[in-house]
Amino acid sequence: MKPVFEVTKGMREMTSHYCPGCTHGISHRLVMEVLDERGQLGDAIGVSPVGCSITAHQYMNVDMIEASHGRAPATASAIKRVHPNAPVFTYQGDGDLASIGMGELIHAAGRGEKICTFFVNNAIYGMTGGQMAPTTLLGQKATTCVDGRTIEQAGSPMRICELLETIPGAVYVERVSLHNPAGVRTAKKAIHRAFEVQEKGLGYAFVEFLSTCPTNWGMTPVKALDWLKENMIPYYPVKQFKCPEEVK
Amino acid sequence: MAEKKLMKGNEAFAQAAINAGCRFYFGYPITPQNEVPEYMSRELKKVGGSFIQAESELASINMAYGAAAAGGRVMISSSSPGIALMQEGFSAAAVTQAPMVAINVMRSGPGIGGIQPAQADYFQVTRGGGNGDYHIIVYAPKSIQEACEMIYKAFEVADEYRNPVMICADGMLGQMMEPVAIPDPIPAMTEEEIFEAKPWALTGHKNKRERNAIKSVFLQQEVLEDFNLNVLAPKYEKAMRELPEAELIDVEGAEVVFVAYGTTSRVVAEAMDLLADEGIKCGLIRLKTLWPFPEYAFDAIGESTKNVIAVELSMGQMIQDVKLAINGKLPVDLINKVGGVLLDPEEIAERTKKIMEVR
Repeated sequence: MKPVFEVTKGMREMTSHYCPGCTHGISHRLVMEVLDERGQLGDAIGVSPVGCSITAHQYMNVDMIEASHGRAPATASAIKRVHPNAPVFTYQGDGDLASIGMGELIHAAGRGEKICTFFVNNAIYGMTGGQMAPTTLLGQKATTCVDGRTIEQAGSPMRICELLETIPGAVYVERVSLHNPAGVRTAKKAIHRAFEVQEKGLGYAFVEFLSTCPTNWGMTPVKALDWLKENMIPYYPVKQFKCPEEVK
Repeated sequence: MAEKKLMKGNEAFAQAAINAGCRFYFGYPITPQNEVPEYMSRELKKVGGSFIQAESELASINMAYGAAAAGGRVMISSSSPGIALMQEGFSAAAVTQAPMVAINVMRSGPGIGGIQPAQADYFQVTRGGGNGDYHIIVYAPKSIQEACEMIYKAFEVADEYRNPVMICADGMLGQMMEPVAIPDPIPAMTEEEIFEAKPWALTGHKNKRERNAIKSVFLQQEVLEDFNLNVLAPKYEKAMRELPEAELIDVEGAEVVFVAYGTTSRVVAEAMDLLADEGIKCGLIRLKTLWPFPEYAFDAIGESTKNVIAVELSMGQMIQDVKLAINGKLPVDLINKVGGVLLDPEEIAERTKKIMEVR
């Protein structure tokens, strides 16, 4: 009998350290499923920097390296130069990518590095316990803005896809949301396209996953999915910003 | 060895790296090392290598980290404040055992400082500017020829020890021209050779081995303790046994023994001639490695020696290691210049005579 579902060989068999309801599990699996389907688990090299997902290599069955805080796109750029045919990706959170790592992100995109970045945006610092991130929404509470973020105190949240859209080297930019099954299916297609862009040597490919952090948001997992839909999507529109003809 | 050519220091350094099989270089402009990235941007592509002008020194060392982890032979270069920016990366490269070569063309400090030659990075390079228990291996060339030979060898040492190796030059070596014969070129490893020769490297597992994970974070203290004590410590002990190097000149029977490294040691050698003319017997311990510090060389100091003098272009940094090596047996004095001002042989000779009078 033909199986209707198989667990991807891209995920190693073990219990994850992520909190209940965290969407890292979904985005980990999606990236690995795509590499598995593309037959590239044996070739892929991943970079996970400081943040909740720094030990993503515990779960992802591909060669991986932990990067210093924010530096993953620089590290990945060089890995790609050593192994030009390997699918190289970074998997970064918003504290890492949008704050300390903004320089490396922008310049990897600017050089049009042939790598993929998967950006987990949950609007908060997770690993360090819920501090305000550049992506924390106005009014959203965090341990470094307990009354909610204000423009006066911290400015407005950064929209990363919109920023990258202006950079010619970032040829594929898409924001997806993991709050419902339709969003998850869209996300998987986006990951496929990102690796396709890299394989065709078209330039830098970037996929943002709107994600949840029930623990630091102080919500149940189900409530967190609703909060994402009601609060994050209006500010961070789910949208394909740029896509080369070759992979449409 | 090729024929001698007249070359500028920074360009010769870059060519020595290419000849040693270096194919990856990630540079950021800072004076007085700019000819290194300029040369690499022109020449690496001719040998199938890859150059990136990094957006910062932080990016530069984290690129080197990626290339090293991927099994590539990689070099970076910078000058003092730029090396300071890289320190987190050196710590990360040490704990992940990523082999890389770095050139520090030292300038004066602190702060942004000046662009003249200095030796005020001794602490920065030997004490680990980055966090945690680690060492980088540091060579200190006195000439462009020696720098090229040290760079060539540094890639082998980096691979053998799986640790960053630094060449600590100064602005004078980087900017001057000297005749140099660069060691013969060797081929770079192919990706297939990397897969076989560096089983720890990121190559993709090719469904032939378990996936590799290059780790910098150790959240369980016992695991990190075990790694530090059983992986790093034996490696550094081996380095301390096998790597220290010094050149000893006329130390036996000397009344005064100088300790110096880099271009300063050449000025000291001239001062020694001046002092010899006045009948003062002088010796020199020239450090070729700054870490591991060549303590063994100090065993050559005999009963004839009354004064040990550290000569350096800093407020007195190397002198601390000299004092540790002398261990209270003799007075240790300092002859120095700071802020990018250089010593000349006459001044060293005069100050030496004054020190001898006081003592």
